[in-house]
Amino acid sequence: MSDQQPPQPPPGDDDADAGRPEDAGPVAVTEAELAQAEIEAAKERAADTAAVTLDATFSQRLIAALTGTSVTVTILAFVSALVIGAFIIAVSEDAVREALGYFFARPTDAFRTGFDAVGSAYLALLQGSLGGVPQVSETLVSSTPLILTGLAVAVPLRAGLFNIGAEGQFVAGGMVAGLVGFAITGLPMVVHLPLALAAGIAAGAAYGWVPGVLKARTGAHEVISTIMLNNIGLLVSGYLISTTLFRRPDRADPISRSVEESARFPRLIWWEPSLRVNASLLVALALAVAIFWLVERSTRGFELNAVGMNPRAATAAGMSPGRSVILAMTTGGAMAGAAGAAVILGLQYRLTIGFSAGLGFDGITVALLGRGRIGGTVAAGVLIGALKAGGRNMQAQTGTSLELALVIQALIIVFIAAPGLVRAIFRIKAEDLATTQVSKGWGG
Amino acid sequence: MRLELQAITKRFPGVVANDAVDLVVESGEVHGLLGENGAGKSTLMNILYGLYGADEGQILVDGQRLELDDPGDAIDAGIGMVHQHFMLVPVFTVAENIVLGVEHTRRLGKLDRARASTEVAALAERSGLPVDPDALVEDLPVGIQQRVEILKALYRDARLLILDEPTAVLTPQEADDLFDAIRAFTAEGRSVIFISHKLREHRAIADRISVLRRGRIVGTADPRTTSEQELANLMVGRPVELSVSKPAATAGDAVLAVAGLGVENALGGRVVEDVDLTIHAGEIVAVAGVEGNGQSPLVRAITGLQDIAEGTVHIAGRAVKGATRKQVLRDGTGHVPEDRGSEGLVADFSVAENLVLNLWDAEPFARRGTLQFAAINAHARELVDAYDIRTPSIATTAGSLSGGNQQKLVVAREFDRPIDLLVASQPTRGVDVGSIEYIHTQLVAKRDEGTAVLLVSSELDEVLALADRVAVMFHGRLVGPFDTPISKEAVGRMMAGADPAEVLGTPPGGDT
Repeated sequence: MSDQQPPQPPPGDDDADAGRPEDAGPVAVTEAELAQAEIEAAKERAADTAAVTLDATFSQRLIAALTGTSVTVTILAFVSALVIGAFIIAVSEDAVREALGYFFARPTDAFRTGFDAVGSAYLALLQGSLGGVPQVSETLVSSTPLILTGLAVAVPLRAGLFNIGAEGQFVAGGMVAGLVGFAITGLPMVVHLPLALAAGIAAGAAYGWVPGVLKARTGAHEVISTIMLNNIGLLVSGYLISTTLFRRPDRADPISRSVEESARFPRLIWWEPSLRVNASLLVALALAVAIFWLVERSTRGFELNAVGMNPRAATAAGMSPGRSVILAMTTGGAMAGAAGAAVILGLQYRLTIGFSAGLGFDGITVALLGRGRIGGTVAAGVLIGALKAGGRNMQAQTGTSLELALVIQALIIVFIAAPGLVRAIFRIKAEDLATTQVSKGWGG
Repeated sequence: MRLELQAITKRFPGVVANDAVDLVVESGEVHGLLGENGAGKSTLMNILYGLYGADEGQILVDGQRLELDDPGDAIDAGIGMVHQHFMLVPVFTVAENIVLGVEHTRRLGKLDRARASTEVAALAERSGLPVDPDALVEDLPVGIQQRVEILKALYRDARLLILDEPTAVLTPQEADDLFDAIRAFTAEGRSVIFISHKLREHRAIADRISVLRRGRIVGTADPRTTSEQELANLMVGRPVELSVSKPAATAGDAVLAVAGLGVENALGGRVVEDVDLTIHAGEIVAVAGVEGNGQSPLVRAITGLQDIAEGTVHIAGRAVKGATRKQVLRDGTGHVPEDRGSEGLVADFSVAENLVLNLWDAEPFARRGTLQFAAINAHARELVDAYDIRTPSIATTAGSLSGGNQQKLVVAREFDRPIDLLVASQPTRGVDVGSIEYIHTQLVAKRDEGTAVLLVSSELDEVLALADRVAVMFHGRLVGPFDTPISKEAVGRMMAGADPAEVLGTPPGGDT
C-alpha cells in the first residue's frame, strides 16, 4: 500500500555523510537519509490496518481481521449493536407503536415514548448488572463460565483454528465433573472438589483433543468435526442423564443426582445466602493467568502463534504445526471443560438436559469481542456476563424480552465480523480493502 | 500515445511519496522506470492508473488533460497495466479472462463464447502473443499467464502499457519472448512503461530510462550510452559495488556430502534424481538452473524439510535422513529459504520475534519454557545494528519492512550463529541493489569464516560472481560442479540441457 513513500529529508541531516562524493543526480541524498526513508516507509506500513490477503486461509484471515482490528473498532461495534438494540426496543414497545400510528400528526409523541422505552430498558440493564452488590454478584456468576468458554475459543484461534466445539467440550466437562461429584462420597472437600474439577477439565481436554488430532493427522477441518462432536456430546449427555448411572432414583424425569456438598464450590460471600458468586470465579481467573502465560509468554505459545500466523514459516523454523494444533485444541477443550465443571459444581449442582444452555457458543462471541487476546477475552467475558445478568433484570422490570440481550450479543458479532461496516458507519479513515488488494499486486 | 506527467506531487501523512515528478513518455517509446524499493515508483503508477489522486500536478495524454478518478477512467484513456501478481480467474479460459468485464452477450445475457474465442485468437495473432484462447488459465505456465494479462490490456485498446516487474517470474527465454512482444507493441506507435530492478533488462529493452530516488526524478539516461554501474549509482545515490571482490577460496574438509540423492514430489514423481554433491568448508558452490528443475526439492531434502526417497545426505558427518528439521538447523545448518514471505518469516511477528524464529526455545532466549524477552530484545537490537536492518523499532512487524530489509532480517538470523553449512536459495530475489551488495558481501564473509556455502540461484550473474564452483541443475539431475572461471555462455547452455562434455570439451568432473 504505502510501501513507496519516502519522507522529506530530515533537516540538518545532510552533514551526516558530508565526505561522500556526490556522484549523480541533482538531489543530494545521503545514506543516512536513505536509511531514514526506509524506516519511515516501514512505519507507514506498520500503521496500516489489517493486512488481509486473498490467499490466506479462512482462519488466518479471521485472526488477521480480529487482531488487526483496532480496539476502537471493537468498541464501536459494541456501541452499534446497542444502538440497533435501542431501535428494536422502541419498535417493540406498544406505546411507541401506538404513537407511530399518528406520527405525522404529532411526531414528538413517537420520539418521547421511544426515548422513554429505550432509556428505561437500558437503565434496567445497567442496574441489573452493576446496580448493587447482589447485581454485581450475578454478573460475576454469569461471567465465570463465559470467561472460560471464551478462552476455549481464543486459544485455538491463536493457532489458526476456529473451535466451534466449546459447547460439546463444556458438556463433557460438566458431565464428568458432576459424576465425580455425586458418585464418590465421604471425601473431604480439599480432595473431592479439586478431584471433580480436574476430572471435568480432563474430560473437556479429551473432547478437544479429538478434533485436534484429527486435524493434525488427517487434515479434517476442525469446524466440521467440532460441530459434529457438539451434537454427539449433547445427545449422549441427554441419554446418559436418563440412565440409572446419573438419574436421581426418586425421580422419573431426566435429572441427575445432586453433587455432594464436599464437591461444591464454596460461596465467596457465605454469610449472605442469596449471593451466588462462588470460588469458581477465582478458578477461572487463575486459569486465565495460566493461559496468558502459555499463549503470550511461553515457548509453546510462541510456536502456537507462529503456526497460527504462518504454518509454513513455522515448519521451516523447525516447529511442528501438528503439535501446536493438538496443544491448542486440547487446551481449549480443557477451558470449556472447566467452564462445565464451574457451572455444575458452583451453581446448578445437578445435571439436566441442556444444562450447557449455549454457554459454549457464547464463548465464540466472547473470544471475538476479546479480539483473540487473553486479557481482552476476560474483559469480554465480564461484559457479556453483565449483559446476561442485566437482561434478566430488564425483563423483570420493564417487560423487555430477555431475548433482546441475545440480539445485542448477536449484533456485536455481526459488526465485529464486518469491521469495514463499522468503519463506514463511523467514517473511520482506514485503507480501503479493495485498494489494498489491488495494490498488493504492486509488490516492492 | 504520448504521455506527459507534469509536477506530480503526492503526499501521505508525514511523507512526500512523489515530489514534483515530471515524466514524458513519447509515442512508440519503451520508457524504463528504475528505482529502489520505496523510491515512489508504485505510487506514481498508482496515480497514473487512477488508484490514487495526485495532490498537485497534471497528466496529459496527447496534449489533452486527463482526469482519473478510478482505474476505469485510465482504461478508457487507453492506459493498461500488468501487475506483478496476475489478476486472472484460474478456472476460466484464456478468452473468458480476457473479455471479462467487457464481454459480448446474446439474448438473455448468454455469454457469446464463440465470439470471444475468435476475437481473442485474432488479437493474439495480430499482436504476436500466441496463446490458445480455450485453454484454462490454471493449466498455463507463468509466462503464458502474463501474456494473457497483456492481451487483456490490449483487448481494452491500451495504447500505453505499464509493466510492473514483468520479468520477475519468467525464465530467460520467456523474458526474451516478452521483449519481442514489447517491441512489436511499440512499433505501432504505442508506448510502454517498463518497471524493473534489473539493470541489464533496462539496457536491453528501454529506449530511455528515468531514475526515481526518494520520490524525485534524479536523472534520465540513454541506455545505449550509460553503463550499468552508472545506473546503479544513480539509483542508490552513492557508488555501488556491482561485482563482488573476493579472495580465492581456501577449501577445508568436506561438510556437505550428498550421495545418490533422490527426492519425490507429493504424487510420487521423481523431482531430484541421483544427485551427488560435496561441499567443503570455506567454499561457495552455486547451483544454477532455470527454476523448477529440482533445485527447491534438492534444498528442502538437504535441510530436512522434505523426505529423502533415496541416497544419503550428511552434514558434518551427521545423517539428515531421520533427523527432524529442528535437529538439522540446531546442529549447524543455516537456511535462507527461497520465498521469504511464506517460509522465511512470520509477517505479523515483530522483528525481534522473527530474529529468534529458529531458536525460540533455546537458551538464552527461553528458560524453563518461558520466553526471555530481555535476551530476545537485546539480541534483536544487536542484529539490527550489525546487519543494517532498517526498521523503526524491533517491535515493528516484519511484514511492514521493505523487501530488502526483510531479506536482511532472514540473513541476519541464519548467518549470526555458528554453522557448518549455509544454504541460501535465491537470496537476493526481489531485493534492491543496495541490499544485494550487502548480502553478497555477507555470503563471502561467511565463506571466509570457514562455512560451507550452497548457493542456489537462477540469476546467472549472481552465480558467476559468487561461486567458487558451479553446478547446473536440469530436469532433476545435477551436472558438475565445475571449477571457476567458467563462461556464462557455457553455464547458460547447460541450463538449457546441453551436454557438459560437448559444452566444455571435457568430461564432467572436478567434484572433489
